[in-house]
Amino acid sequence: MRHIISILMENEPGALSRVVGLFSQRNFNIESLNVAPTEDETLSRLTVTTVGDDRVIEQITKHLNKLIDVVKLVDLTEGNHIERELMLVKVKALGTQRDEVKRTADIFRAQVVDVTPSVYTVQITGDAGKLDAFLQAMAAIGVLEVARTGVSGISRGDKVLGL
Amino acid sequence: MELLSGADMIARFLKDEGVEYIYGYPGGAALHIYDALFRQDDVKHILVRHEQAATHAADGYARASGKPGTVLVTSGPGATNAVTGIATAYMDSIPMVVLCGQVASHLIGEDAFQETDIIGVTRPIVKHSFSIRHPSEIPMVLKKAYYLAASGRPGPVVVDIPKDMTAPTERYEYVYPKKVKLRSYNPVTRGHTGQIKKAVELMLKARRPVFYTGGGVITGNACEGLADLVQRLGYPITTTLMGIGAYPQSDRQSLGWLGMHGSYESNMAMHHADLIVAIGARFDDRVTNNTSKFCPTAKIVHVDIDPSSISKTVRADVPIVGPAGSVINEMISLVQGREPANPEALAEWWEKIDGWREERRGKLYEPAEASEPLKPQQVIETVCRLTRGEAFVTTDVGQHQMFAAQYYKFDKPHRFITSGGLGTMGFGFPAAMGIKQSYPDDDVVCITGEGSFQMMMQELSTCKQFGIGVKIVNLNNGSLGMVRQWQDLNYKSRHAHSYMESLPDFQKLIEAYGFTAIKVERHEDLEPALERAFADKTELVFLDIYVDPREHVYPMQVPLGAMRDMLLSKTERT
Repeated sequence: MRHIISILMENEPGALSRVVGLFSQRNFNIESLNVAPTEDETLSRLTVTTVGDDRVIEQITKHLNKLIDVVKLVDLTEGNHIERELMLVKVKALGTQRDEVKRTADIFRAQVVDVTPSVYTVQITGDAGKLDAFLQAMAAIGVLEVARTGVSGISRGDKVLGL
Repeated sequence: MELLSGADMIARFLKDEGVEYIYGYPGGAALHIYDALFRQDDVKHILVRHEQAATHAADGYARASGKPGTVLVTSGPGATNAVTGIATAYMDSIPMVVLCGQVASHLIGEDAFQETDIIGVTRPIVKHSFSIRHPSEIPMVLKKAYYLAASGRPGPVVVDIPKDMTAPTERYEYVYPKKVKLRSYNPVTRGHTGQIKKAVELMLKARRPVFYTGGGVITGNACEGLADLVQRLGYPITTTLMGIGAYPQSDRQSLGWLGMHGSYESNMAMHHADLIVAIGARFDDRVTNNTSKFCPTAKIVHVDIDPSSISKTVRADVPIVGPAGSVINEMISLVQGREPANPEALAEWWEKIDGWREERRGKLYEPAEASEPLKPQQVIETVCRLTRGEAFVTTDVGQHQMFAAQYYKFDKPHRFITSGGLGTMGFGFPAAMGIKQSYPDDDVVCITGEGSFQMMMQELSTCKQFGIGVKIVNLNNGSLGMVRQWQDLNYKSRHAHSYMESLPDFQKLIEAYGFTAIKVERHEDLEPALERAFADKTELVFLDIYVDPREHVYPMQVPLGAMRDMLLSKTERT
């Protein structure tokens, strides 16, 4: 099953490599990974999506917790949560394609953020499924380049991942 | 308030931390630190002949004393040479701090002379690592390093120190940090009481219980409590290789150690148990054999300080995260005044176990005729007898290691010192050095083989320089015995590179360093040679003992089988 694990860790050099290294060292799987500082500049938040059965996920969270740089973590998929990913896509946009791209973008509530005579750059946010669907819809027109951030997530309600 | 250079801070900190010995080897990036060590007398530096030996010596010291070992090496090759020893300590959860010189900060990343990203290289084999970024950080970073190394589940910590951090001209305020706090690191101090109660109920109701305890009991200073608990209940106990000595092996309740080459009775008892109480052990593959066939009728209580060890390979029915000592004490107080509920079943259980014991009594190996080569087993038995079972015994890796574990009987913890997890050849001799330094009045014996010994034999020179009187028992069978055994069993005796041609004349070699070596080939020479060797505790003596190269280590678990599936000799199996 797919899990989204959100990790608060020390904003220190080398902390990220310890997390990533752990996954390769112990043969765990990373589907996507995204990391940035938080409102507290001493902390980074890292979100990793991974796949595994309960035993594997238990080992992943235990080993992550063991890393000295990891302060706290939560498996978002254990409860209600919001997950989002941002994607920038360059698509071919010539002649009638220009309308077609714009229409499809509107349907997905995506925005065209850059325009040239032959190319549109579209920005879209949503869960991974929505982004995949958009890419599929664009495939026939011609996708030139894709940049995805990987999943970021947060739990619903009052629950907070903090110190 | 005192202003010190980074290098002087390191020397002072080590003194304030109570470090007695550093094992190390100098080089460019560590020279400021070496100069600071030169100008003080509190911390003794032992100059090894190869950095791997420094880590093994510090490791041996840590295993014997329970205190963290300290290593100092230079950047690049100095640090990479230490890697095997760091990995060895990591696998066996040994507290160790490794200080590595590094090229100056402004050169990092430029492929400077003797530059290696040692933090990157060692990342998977350390508990944690630090890079010094300002000299003023040194006292606190070192404090954290020692705290992390020794607390919780111990392990090695690497501190990378760029040369400019130790420059003699840059001085900063030095205060020894008495306390350290890390917001992301809070090792548990006690187990969950509800879980412990549940475990104790299972223990009292058990019909065929076995205690299975590991190195964690020794590391956690919980041996006395363990003996108390085990004796109150009257249950059998088996230990892992790393847990040898946690419970007196001469006691009736001890079944010896378990696993691949463990005793017949301990593997049989584990397989047939209805309750396994694992404490400070990690269900390693050399213990469990095939996990899908592991102890089919047993419920499992698993106590460990490291949550990631629990249910890693074998699912625990009652997991308890906590230090062995406090959990055992809580168990004792819950057991107090109560009796096991099934005394008849337990009596039957013991009958069964005693039956297994009887089955193998006197059949463990075939004694050699006087005209035949000595058996390695009989050599170990003689060493055990002549040292009254009280020596510190270190080993390398292979057949001799298993024979030492099987035939030397340990009643005390911290005495059997072996590379259990990583299985590092070359470990034994430097580890013995590290122990002998701190225990000069004890017998420290390195049981080794001619293959392993040659991996670290340059340390004879260190022993010469520092007057380290260890005894080396070289079980010389002219081949890599364990490799050869596997080749006999699995490769139709095709002995691919498991022979040792052109062995040195060990006697001349040892004499070249100014030590005594005794060659033993005949049965009647064995005891006098050992007596001679152990006569003087200050003298290094090397015993080159020729043993039967055809000998195999038994019992030996059958691959992919259950714990009870064992070869018992070249012709018998369970």
